[in-house]
Amino acid sequence: MSKKTMVHKGPGYQKKREGEPRSCIRFKCTLINTIQDVLRQRAGWVEVKDDSEWDFYWCDVGWLRENFDHIYMEEHVRICHFRNHYELTRKNLMVKNLKRYRKLLEREAGRQEAAKCDFFPRTFELPCEYHLFVEEFKRSPGSTWIMKPVARSQGKGIFLFRKLKDIMDWKKDGNRSEDQKDETQVESYVAQRYIENPYLIGGRKFDLRVYVLVTSYVPLKAWLYRDGFARFSLTRFSLSCIDDHYVHLTNVAIQKTAPDYDPEKGCKWQMQQLRRYLSARHGAERVEALFRNIDGIFIRSLQSVQKVIINDKHCFELYGYDILLDQALKPWLIEVNASPSLTASSQEDYELKCRLLEDTLHVVDMEGRLTGKEKQIGGFDLMWNDGPVSKDDVNLDALGSSTLTANTHLGYVNDRKTQLRQLLKPLPGQKKV
Amino acid sequence: MMDEGTELSVTIAQIVQKLKGSNLHSQLERQAKECLQRPEIQLEDLKEDVKEFLKKSGKKHLKCWETKLQNAVYRELNVLPPPSHPEAPAEHIKEPLAYMRKAQGSWEKRILKSLNSMCTELSIPLARKRPGNEQKELLSKWNEMGTDEPDLSHFRPVYAPKDFLEVLINLRNPNYDSSDQPSSKSHWGLIQVPLKVKDIPELRESFAELGLNSGQLGIDDTTQVPADMFESEHAGIGRKVLIEQDSAAAEQYIRQGCPNELRAELWALILNATNEPEDILYYEQLKSGVLHHDLLVDNLIYKDVKLTASNDDYYFVFEDYLYQVLLCFSRDTVVLEHFNYNSATPPKSYIQGKLGLEDYAVVYPPNGVIPFHGFSMYVAPLCFLYNEPSKLYTVFREMYVRYFFRLHSISSFSSGIVSLCLQFESLLQTHLPQLFYHLREIGAQPLRIAFKWMVRAFSGYLATDQLLLLWDRVLGYNSLEILAVLAAAVFAFRAQNLMEVTSLAAAEAVLADLSTLKVMPLLQIFLFATIM
Repeated sequence: MSKKTMVHKGPGYQKKREGEPRSCIRFKCTLINTIQDVLRQRAGWVEVKDDSEWDFYWCDVGWLRENFDHIYMEEHVRICHFRNHYELTRKNLMVKNLKRYRKLLEREAGRQEAAKCDFFPRTFELPCEYHLFVEEFKRSPGSTWIMKPVARSQGKGIFLFRKLKDIMDWKKDGNRSEDQKDETQVESYVAQRYIENPYLIGGRKFDLRVYVLVTSYVPLKAWLYRDGFARFSLTRFSLSCIDDHYVHLTNVAIQKTAPDYDPEKGCKWQMQQLRRYLSARHGAERVEALFRNIDGIFIRSLQSVQKVIINDKHCFELYGYDILLDQALKPWLIEVNASPSLTASSQEDYELKCRLLEDTLHVVDMEGRLTGKEKQIGGFDLMWNDGPVSKDDVNLDALGSSTLTANTHLGYVNDRKTQLRQLLKPLPGQKKV
Repeated sequence: MMDEGTELSVTIAQIVQKLKGSNLHSQLERQAKECLQRPEIQLEDLKEDVKEFLKKSGKKHLKCWETKLQNAVYRELNVLPPPSHPEAPAEHIKEPLAYMRKAQGSWEKRILKSLNSMCTELSIPLARKRPGNEQKELLSKWNEMGTDEPDLSHFRPVYAPKDFLEVLINLRNPNYDSSDQPSSKSHWGLIQVPLKVKDIPELRESFAELGLNSGQLGIDDTTQVPADMFESEHAGIGRKVLIEQDSAAAEQYIRQGCPNELRAELWALILNATNEPEDILYYEQLKSGVLHHDLLVDNLIYKDVKLTASNDDYYFVFEDYLYQVLLCFSRDTVVLEHFNYNSATPPKSYIQGKLGLEDYAVVYPPNGVIPFHGFSMYVAPLCFLYNEPSKLYTVFREMYVRYFFRLHSISSFSSGIVSLCLQFESLLQTHLPQLFYHLREIGAQPLRIAFKWMVRAFSGYLATDQLLLLWDRVLGYNSLEILAVLAAAVFAFRAQNLMEVTSLAAAEAVLADLSTLKVMPLLQIFLFATIM
């Protein structure tokens, strides 16, 4: 935890005795938003700063990149990122891993199984896959494509195009000579087929933000949060205006700068509201099927990087998945965020993020109160535990996993308060939660 | 009074009269004429044979003629005012009590005066024909009228619910002497008219299906009990009801709530709101009416939508639909029919220069309804269920002429806003006297807080799914009384917190956020678990 050879013990530290739940947890947090509030309010957790020892660190990815390889962490210590999470969260790497996984599935399990990975639109990394991209581009004339910088977030640098010359313009130096290429590094972009028929509500496009918590990659253990939200574009959807940045990008960060953005007005629907709306329109069955497919996106994307990610028992990660629905109610994966925004855009949003983070800490269970056999912790449902997790405790029909009901409840009632009350034993010396 | 037989004949005659002008009538006539060619129709038994034929035919369509006719008759029965003396003049059918009629009349005068003065102040005509290029522009923007940002700063809503409340508070029956010493028998609330309202035993009877022993959607579908018990059974019955296409059965069914995915169709069935080609055509005609003429009330509608629905976290998405419905609604003269049983009278305006000359009087707006602050919230929840504008429109219009109009006109009808207010206050005084007394003492009359909920039928105050479950029961019981019961139940639920407040503002704060409330458990507990 510290580069010094002398270990500095912070105030209140007690070495954990075997079998006894930890009574004081030292945390470090560099982000000044909801997570800081949640950590500070947690019973028995004490904030430490600077170079003091910590048991828990909610760090940013920059710090991780620079320090992870040099620090020693005791067994109980937890940190909120995996060393090479970018295999999942950087757009070019995610696509590469997914494509590779898809090929593997096709070889081992056949076409049908591989087709279940077709939840991301045709994507090419530029400049290295430029020629492959051009081939695909020519195969679908008139189609719209979206260019996204690989490593930036919050919608920065993204634009749409329909003609090759649009990206030629941007990449004027596309055909530079060898020595010129060495001088300046071209920023990596991905070109992705734009989904031209998104599902619209009130004429507006939206995407879904869903939270998935991974506590281990080998074996894969992933939790799905019941709450989430749909982010609406402020303006009505139309393909005729490609330049209007605001229509096509539903990122809150971009919408916040739109001229008619009203911060008081919510551009978000809670997941429960969306689920009810879709059920009222399309019936429960179709919506069930949609949410099963969404589950599939999480699981397969995680499986695709399972062997690549450096597994470490100290690490856990809370991902923000961005999903887009098209008019046929097919879900598409847009991207995965390792550091989903924890800044709240409204009171309702703040409460959602508080719940989410509190429950994340419950799952991580620094206090050692849980057995490890739970299928639901607060608003998190165990979605994958080295295999599918079923809602039912008893396997009534042992004939096939297709008859099992998945243990996911995205957009359902979040009964976390009652659930947690039943689940958690009171901390020693503390009042009941 | 009249004996049952005569009452029935009068009712039948009224319904027949009403249906004679309808589409269904002409369709049936046509069908009957066509069938005369058929061999099974014999001259001797012409009437019976034609009836038999009509009963059997049409079954290949979704609804057979008999069901269609049945539904149409049922619709008329639902809106028919209570039976009255055959000699009763039209105004008595609108509203039997003279003092109520008078109060409504003066209220209307005030509204019209306000509208006219706004008109003069802003020098905007009440109506004007749109020039050709403006019509074209509006047509191209029809699906996104919300993007328009006209300057509405000079417009103010004609009135807000609290203005209306003041009028109701001042209502007095001149024949009723309420000057006795105030006692526990006297009424503590703001409404001081002696209307008959139901007490809890009577409400228990009326709302029997909400009892603790019957399953309910909104309660029995959210517990941990396996879903296949009440919920799927109820959904199965719902699907059967839809196949039969019987409005009366649907109305009975929905008293226990409606499954999410069946709601759009079931409501349309209960309201007998069709989406036939002629309905779509009619809607298109209304739309062209909007394009041709610009009305002053259009600005009021814009302003209302921008102020209320657009600022709502859930309804902002439907902004465009609201314009498409409300602008057409203002121009729909079919709505004028409901003034036969509404105590209100449509305001009249005069062609320029011909003030006072009846020949030059026109109803303004064409549908006779002047929107007030919050009006668009009647439509917003429906956008959740319907996205075809003509269907959405038909359902809304029917909801308005059956229910919503009663929430802003002064009448003695049991579902009228005056009765609802009195009912709310009576329930509170009878069952939560300590709370009522306390709130009165601190200057926080409960009705001042609950009024806005009832006027809007709780739209915008409850979470959408809860609101829809509430409106299920409004349709099922063909009455708005449940709004008063819910308002009282909310106060009962938050009674503990309310006992601790010391000002109106603090009381408002306790009751500011109803979005987490679950409607059905509240109603059940209040109605069936209150110790009498």
